[in-house]
Amino acid sequence: MIENRPGLNAMAHLVLILGVVVVGLPLWVAFVASTHTATDFMSGTVPMWPGPHLVENYSLMLERGVSTSGTPPVARMMLNSLIMALLIACGKIAISITSAFAIVYFRFPLRGLAFWCIFVTLMLPVEVRIVPTFQVVAGLGLLNSYAGLSVPLIASATATFLFRQVFLTMPDELVEAARIDGAGPMKFFRDILLPLSRTNMAALFVILFIYGWNQYLWPLLVTTDSQYYTIVAGIKRMADAVDGLPQWHLVMATAVLAMLPPVAVVIGMQRLFVKGLVETEK
Amino acid sequence: MKRTIFSNQLLPWLLLAPQLAITFIFFLWPAGQAVRQSFLREDAFGINSSFVGLTNFRALLSSPEYMNSLQVTAVFAVSVTIMSMGVALLLAIAVDRMLKSARVYTTLLVWPYAVAPAVAGILWWFIFNPTIGVMPYVLDVVGYDWNHISSKTDAMLLVVIASAWKQISYNFLFFVAGLQAIPASMREAAAIDGAGPVRRFFDITFPLLSPTTFFLLVVNIVYAMFDTFGVIDATTEGGPAQATNIMVYKVYFDGFIGQNIGSSAAQSVILMLLVISLTVIQFRWVEKKVEY
Repeated sequence: MIENRPGLNAMAHLVLILGVVVVGLPLWVAFVASTHTATDFMSGTVPMWPGPHLVENYSLMLERGVSTSGTPPVARMMLNSLIMALLIACGKIAISITSAFAIVYFRFPLRGLAFWCIFVTLMLPVEVRIVPTFQVVAGLGLLNSYAGLSVPLIASATATFLFRQVFLTMPDELVEAARIDGAGPMKFFRDILLPLSRTNMAALFVILFIYGWNQYLWPLLVTTDSQYYTIVAGIKRMADAVDGLPQWHLVMATAVLAMLPPVAVVIGMQRLFVKGLVETEK
Repeated sequence: MKRTIFSNQLLPWLLLAPQLAITFIFFLWPAGQAVRQSFLREDAFGINSSFVGLTNFRALLSSPEYMNSLQVTAVFAVSVTIMSMGVALLLAIAVDRMLKSARVYTTLLVWPYAVAPAVAGILWWFIFNPTIGVMPYVLDVVGYDWNHISSKTDAMLLVVIASAWKQISYNFLFFVAGLQAIPASMREAAAIDGAGPVRRFFDITFPLLSPTTFFLLVVNIVYAMFDTFGVIDATTEGGPAQATNIMVYKVYFDGFIGQNIGSSAAQSVILMLLVISLTVIQFRWVEKKVEY
C-alpha cells in the first residue's frame, strides 16, 4: 500500500466481500437445497436457509443412493473416485519422475526423440481424440476397470518437465559425491534425488489429485457398469434421471459430496496447492 | 545440461519405458488413427471403409452446423476469458491493498478451482432453473423472463457464467502473484509525482502486468475450448438449437451419439491443429516474455 486512503480501502473490502459472496453463492444454494425435502421446492419460493433434513438426506445418499437413477450409493462412487484420483496422481508422479531422471542424468541415442514424444502429449488432450482412444481401451478389454479409468490418463508432459526443471537445478557435485562413495544410478536416485524432490512431489500431488478426482468425460465413456461409476460422472446420470421428478435436494447433496474432498485438499493444503499450480505452469 | 552423468545405456530406456508405452498406446496411436479415419468413409455397418481424401473436411467446412459450432466456440471462449479475467483482476487489485486480511480473502476465493466443471455446471443449472431456481426468481422481479431451456441467449449466458466462475480462482492467484512482483518503488515514485490510484493503475500496474495477462489469455482460451466439456454436458448438452454446441462437444456428439466416425475424426484433426498452435504460442511466450 502506498498511501493511506480509507475510502479506497473500504471500497476494496466491499469488492472482496461481494466477490466472496458471488463465488460462494452456488455452494450455499446447493448446501441449503440439500437440507430440505422435495416438497419444500414445490411451493415456488426457494428456501434460503438450511432446513432440518441434513442428516437424513446425506445418509440416504451415502448408503443407498437414488435407486431409480441406476447409480450406486454415493459412498461407492466416492470410493471409485478416490481410487481413480490416487492411481492417476501417484501413477503420473511415478512415471514422470523416472522419465525426468533418465532424460537429465543419462546420455543415450534418441534421447531427444523420447523427450519430444512426451512433449507431444501436451497437445493431445483426451477431448480431441476421444473416439480412437476409446477404441484402443475397448480393444484392450479395459472398459469397466480401474486400470481403464486411470492408465490412459497417466502420461504427463507437465510433470516430467517439472521434475526435469527440479533436477537441472541440483548441483553436479551431488552426483560426483555419490559416485566417489560408490553409489550407482538407482541408489543415487533413491537416496538423494527422491528425498530432495519431496516438496515438489507433494505440491504436484495436490494438483494431480484434483485433476484425477474431477475427470468427467473419460469415466463417462469407459464405465457402463454402475459399480465403477465415479461421483463426478455419476451425478450427471442422477440429474438426468430425476429431471422429471423434483429430487433436487438429493442431487445437490451429491454435488456437495462431490466437491468436498478436492475443496478440502485445496483449503487444507493451500500453500502446497499454490506452489503446485505455479510450478506446473513454468 | 548436466556435466556429470551416468554412463548406462539400457537403464534410461527402462526408466522411460512406462511413460513412453502409455504415450504410444493411448496418445500417439489414437491420434494417428484420428488422422487416418479423417480421410476414410465407413459404410453404415462399420465393416468397410474407403479412402475419400479430403471429403470429410470439405463436408465439414461447408456444413452450416459446423460453422455455427465454430462461431459458438469463439463467442463462448472470448466471453469466458473476458468475464473470468476481468473479475479476477478486480479482486486481485483489491486483495493487493490488504495487509492482514489478504490470506482469509484468498482462501475464500480460491476453492472453486477444486470444483469439477461438471459439478459447476450442475450447481449453476440449479441456481438458474426456470421453475425453482434463485436467479430466475430475482430476475422476474426486474422483469426478465429467464429460460435457458428455450432461449439461446440465456443458455449461452448460463454456460459462460458456470465456466467463468470456475476459472476465477486460477486467474486470481496468477494476478496476485503478478501484482506482487511489481516493485513497490515504481508505484511509490509515481505517487510522489502526484499520480492518483487510477492513473497509477493504467500507467504502471497494468503495463507491468502484461506478461501475466498474456499468459492467462492463452490459458483461459485453452480452458474454455477444451476443459469445459463437463459444463456443457451437465447443463445444455449443446442446445437449444445448437446454441451452445462448442467444438469439443460436437466431436463427442457426432462420434459417440451420431456414430459418424469420419466427420468426428476430421473434427478431431482440426482441434489438434488448434491445440498445437495454442501450445506453440504459449511456449513462445515462456521463452520471450512480453515486456515493455
